[in-house]
Amino acid sequence: MNRRRWVAVFGAFALTTVAITYVMGLWVTPPDVFQGNLVRLIYVHPAVAWVAYLAYGVTSLSSIAYLWKKTRNYKWDLLAASSTEVGVVFTALTLITGSIWGRPTWGVWWTWDARLTTTALLLVLYLGYLALRRVTEDREQRAKRGAVAALIAFIDVPIVHQSVVWWKTLHQSATVFNADLNPKIHGEMAWTLLLGFLSFTAVYLWMVIKRYEIAKAEMAAEEQGIEEAIRERVGSL
Amino acid sequence: MFKAAKVIAVKDLRIELRSKVVLNQILPFVAVVLIIFAFAFNKYPALLVTVAPGLYWVTALFSSLLALQRSFSLESENNAKDALILYGLDPAGIYIGKVIAVLVEMVLLEVFLTLGIVFLYSTHLHELADLAFSSIVGTLGILAVGVTFSAMTSASKAKETILPLLLLPVVAPVLLSGTKAWENEIAGKAGLGDPWVGLLILFAAAFLALGTLTFGSVLEE
Repeated sequence: MNRRRWVAVFGAFALTTVAITYVMGLWVTPPDVFQGNLVRLIYVHPAVAWVAYLAYGVTSLSSIAYLWKKTRNYKWDLLAASSTEVGVVFTALTLITGSIWGRPTWGVWWTWDARLTTTALLLVLYLGYLALRRVTEDREQRAKRGAVAALIAFIDVPIVHQSVVWWKTLHQSATVFNADLNPKIHGEMAWTLLLGFLSFTAVYLWMVIKRYEIAKAEMAAEEQGIEEAIRERVGSL
Repeated sequence: MFKAAKVIAVKDLRIELRSKVVLNQILPFVAVVLIIFAFAFNKYPALLVTVAPGLYWVTALFSSLLALQRSFSLESENNAKDALILYGLDPAGIYIGKVIAVLVEMVLLEVFLTLGIVFLYSTHLHELADLAFSSIVGTLGILAVGVTFSAMTSASKAKETILPLLLLPVVAPVLLSGTKAWENEIAGKAGLGDPWVGLLILFAAAFLALGTLTFGSVLEE
């Protein structure tokens, strides 16, 4: 099987796991004693939030790999950009699903809680990163500036988080990975939650692979355009 | 590195002394913002005293955007930035020099801003030394990131819009910590042991280190 086929098969696998999570989350699992049907958002919301953090982790690592002269390669830059684009989508999904849960539970669409504020700042931080890439035309400049901006964001996120945690906090504490590692949910609900993590991670990987391939094709097209332009000029001399 | 920093800082401050852009344009901007905030809170003038620390930092942040843009517009004319590299100046030195020059300008602006807050908003300030310290460290943090971003964007077509988008989310912790530090200092509650001041120091130190290390990559193009 060639690489393209593998990617297609993996994409089908990712979408199938999402479909199974959907069925499990909406029909198979029971409603919660306290939260009723609202609990069903737990199969989506923490999973997409995890993927957002994973995406920015990949962005940071590949940016460091690009900046370090021994490993400098445009592949790292393209991977960082692809991962950030997917990360921004998942960050927006985190905020939207959180908001849908927050309205009936907390009574408001938005509150200035530590995690919400950090996530909102993450979204604008990486939108800035993508905007910087858009306005920088030269490929090498774009890669270097993007990598430095990603590194700044990487150092900034823990400081942002710490500052808003001190500021105020109201969010649910972690359900599965809490301090004593004693999950507070069991049975099919726990399995569906874990399936949610698996399926959205698979979707992330698939989207990044696809976006990376498109970015590579864009780069090749750009190079071809430059070559043709040179040939035209040289030909007219 | 320090020699290059001194050369750049003196050069930028000399240009400012001759052109007076900060004095003639950014200082009046600070005054306008102070007056506009008073309009925004017109129904509850007493609120101005309560929110003065936040207004101080918002105004400082906005004026730092202008000062940073000015600092690098100097280098984009006639490709002066390329000349700096060709002179063989240490990039880390150029970075530190730029930070120092804009910091000196910002300190002057912030003295004016503080006076405005005292006289226009009737705010009583105590612990002046602590206030000054947290303001300088906070501003240093803003400029540590700002100089890097400014150098990246000064030559681009969308430089006016891209710099705020990049800088404001990154320096959000400075705005938050600076405001909290000011609130505590005005209330006479905490001095230099305040964790918020600690966070300001950490922010400035982290980004000064990163800026010094990466400025070469930003300039060498």
